[in-house]
Amino acid sequence: MGDWTHKHLLDLQDVSREDIELVLDTARSFREVSEREVKKVPALRGRTVAMLFAEPSTRTRVSFELAAKRLSADTLSIQAAASSLTKGETILDTALNIQAMNVDLVVVRHQASGVPQMLAAGTKMAVVNAGDGCRAHPTQALLDMFTIREKLGRLDNVKVAIIGDILHSRVARSNIAGLTKMGAKVTVCGPSTLLPIGIEEMGVEAVYDINRALKDADVVMALRMQKERQQQSFLPSVAEYVREFCVTADRLKKARPGALVMHPGPTNRGIEIAAEVADGPQSVILEQVTNGIAIRMAVLYLLLGRKV
Amino acid sequence: MSILIINARVVNASGESAAACDIRIDNGRIERMAPQISRNGEQIIDAVGKLVLPGFIDLHVHLREPGREDKETIATGSQAAVKGGFTSIFCMPNTTPAIDTAQVVQYILDQARKVGLVNVYPVGAITKGRAGVEITEMMDLRRAGCLGLSDDGRGLMNAGLMRRALEYARMSGLLIMQHCEDETLSNKGAMNESAVSTLLGLKGDPLVSETVIIARDIELARYLSARVHFMHISSARSVELIRRAKAEGVPVTCEATPHHFALTEDLVKTFNTAAKVNPPLRGWDDVAAIRAGLKDGTIDCIATDHAPHTQEDKEVEFDAAPPGLIGLETAFGLVVKELVNPGILTMAQVVERMSGAPARIMGLESKGVIAAGKDADIVIVDMNREWTVSREDTVSKSKNSPFLGQRLQGRVVATICGGRVVYEE
Amino acid sequence: MSSVRIMDEDQIRRAVTRVAHEILERNKGLDGVYLVGIRTRGAVLAERLRQAIRNIEGRDVPCGILDINLYRDDLALVNKQPVIRETLIDFDITDKTVVLVDDVLFTGRTIRAAFDALIDLGRPACIQLAVLIDRGHRELPIRADFVGKNIPTAKGQQVRVRLSESDATQDSVVVEG
Repeated sequence: MGDWTHKHLLDLQDVSREDIELVLDTARSFREVSEREVKKVPALRGRTVAMLFAEPSTRTRVSFELAAKRLSADTLSIQAAASSLTKGETILDTALNIQAMNVDLVVVRHQASGVPQMLAAGTKMAVVNAGDGCRAHPTQALLDMFTIREKLGRLDNVKVAIIGDILHSRVARSNIAGLTKMGAKVTVCGPSTLLPIGIEEMGVEAVYDINRALKDADVVMALRMQKERQQQSFLPSVAEYVREFCVTADRLKKARPGALVMHPGPTNRGIEIAAEVADGPQSVILEQVTNGIAIRMAVLYLLLGRKV
Repeated sequence: MSILIINARVVNASGESAAACDIRIDNGRIERMAPQISRNGEQIIDAVGKLVLPGFIDLHVHLREPGREDKETIATGSQAAVKGGFTSIFCMPNTTPAIDTAQVVQYILDQARKVGLVNVYPVGAITKGRAGVEITEMMDLRRAGCLGLSDDGRGLMNAGLMRRALEYARMSGLLIMQHCEDETLSNKGAMNESAVSTLLGLKGDPLVSETVIIARDIELARYLSARVHFMHISSARSVELIRRAKAEGVPVTCEATPHHFALTEDLVKTFNTAAKVNPPLRGWDDVAAIRAGLKDGTIDCIATDHAPHTQEDKEVEFDAAPPGLIGLETAFGLVVKELVNPGILTMAQVVERMSGAPARIMGLESKGVIAAGKDADIVIVDMNREWTVSREDTVSKSKNSPFLGQRLQGRVVATICGGRVVYEE
Repeated sequence: MSSVRIMDEDQIRRAVTRVAHEILERNKGLDGVYLVGIRTRGAVLAERLRQAIRNIEGRDVPCGILDINLYRDDLALVNKQPVIRETLIDFDITDKTVVLVDDVLFTGRTIRAAFDALIDLGRPACIQLAVLIDRGHRELPIRADFVGKNIPTAKGQQVRVRLSESDATQDSVVVEG
């Protein structure tokens, strides 16, 4: 197994296949910790992890917090201003203040792409990207890959269909980067206005027809569809989106029998995914949440469980 | 005080002089050029080993005064200009208040005169407050000293209003300078729309936001026989549209910036906000087309779009950072490195693009050429000098340059404006 | 650098068998006795002890694997971090006798970490320690209950245990340096 040499986790673009395997293997060991009576190991005792969230996201923040706490790190949570423009203090300044309190690692969520890069360049702390703009959400992609690998036993040659608003989805981008690196075949599918220009250059097939995307898929990943896309004229109506792209039980039959149904959450039931599918036997949506903690423990351990 | 430049190897747009000569400057004008002029107590400048060119003319500069003197002032912008070899600069009207009345024009001219380094020509707004609704009092602006009009920073979106502006400007003799951007298409994009913007998850500004305005305005210019100048064109398709329009005799001209012939969108991958600019940096094909357009003359001139921003303004999220970069001090070094050294432009063509053509476009009859009787606006350059762009070396009040740390070749060693040495290294 | 072989395959097998007898003797049988090996070679030895006990008693003793890396006291000091593998203990250790198995007992720090790891999993009635080699130089007040072989060493020397299951080579114990 390779050694972890990265100081930060900003994006899966710059992480190798071996690195991804190391994270997934490490996460497997950490899943056991969360199943114990005493859900805590002392690996990161004395380390401090700050959550710097400029965008409301209870799930991801709580997942990171639990991961850090189960490794015995101290945690703190800071709600940052949505934009430097609305407040005098810039996000970099906020981060430098956190650094001044001797924090070892900062987990950052921001609506602007590239903010984790900015903090990595501008501070001495290790930086973990918990989602930036439309760009990347590496731990989500890692936990998705972990879930697929645990369930199907492999990632190589697995056919994954990602359905929905690809244009605005950092989850899609990170999954594409990670899955293609691991040998999976990825098809993205959504309204033509929400498939970004040049997406094929990321090594995926792009289609408008959900039946074609789902055909023989091993994994069906639905993305959250935000209602405001209608006002922004990406969609004529949510109703038409549902008719064309909602992952329904009927459409799921096109996929391979027993195909996994995934969603990064929170789900809009009845919009991008039918309730019976989200709650159905093929759904691994809640396992994704459970695995999220193991993946985040693995990432925090790999970044902080040594001399830093 | 008179000046005598000796051993001057002069390059004009028409070509490079065969032998060195002496140039006598008196009363702000070039009085005489001859192989050897006897000295008569003048200040002597020895240009041996250097080239002597007409002072550069920049049709596109943001001086930020009045309103944002923390970014740049007429004084600091003038210093940056003369350090870069510019003797005439056209300052854009997106100030606070906008240059949309004769009073603001007067204010800028007064300030520039007090600074006394460089000819400053305020460009008036096309519409009041640059709001794109009502046209400005163009005759009044003309009388106050404007030569051109622009709503720069914003495109004039309303085609009907553009038509009226072109018609009215013709009466006033003012040139309409269009910032080519359809805002419904650019949609607050932070970079060029492409596979790179998709990869980076940044909102893209497609090149069609530029080309649809150029195509529309070419049709208006043709229909009205009115002149239009397209500013900072950035795409291969824009070059092609203008090339065709010119071939068909439509009276359009255009400019391109050094950053659009030197940089591609790949620079955005680092999220360096100094690479955020409007129009955005594009792909390599576009850079190649800009270079080809400069070579064949489709692109008339090089303008810097010098756009200073403070560190505070730029040290934010890429989405939130204001677009623009400083360019006055690096323009000539980039021209030599990216255009002259690779054999794209001769020095005579450089003079045409940086001085001859802009003078003609704006009707500055006594500028843009070194000849007896013309204004003594002269720049002396050392073609062999290599230098590194650095914060410390930058005199502009802002340091937002994506070229910091780059090695350039060719440097201005002296600038003479109106017969006075305004910069000397 | 000198390299001296201290034990060969037969000697290791005999030592494991002897320790298996001692474990049975000390605990008066198998009831409530669980084996837990410390990754990687302790786990191999625990499995060998399980087989040795089966050969003697005719029945199996439960056997688990413990990864102690997350409990190490030097994690913040190492440049190259250890790879974390799963702890596989599918029985409740509370009120049981846990025989902790490792290959070499040296400073005692690994065993200290193992205690913490075990106690996070439950509250054993007692913990006993079985090691193949005790080489001395303890830094903590820890001693082994069952020892395959005591080897006097200098502190700077290295004791290398190789076992066929984990090292893909013949069993041996070698002292280097």
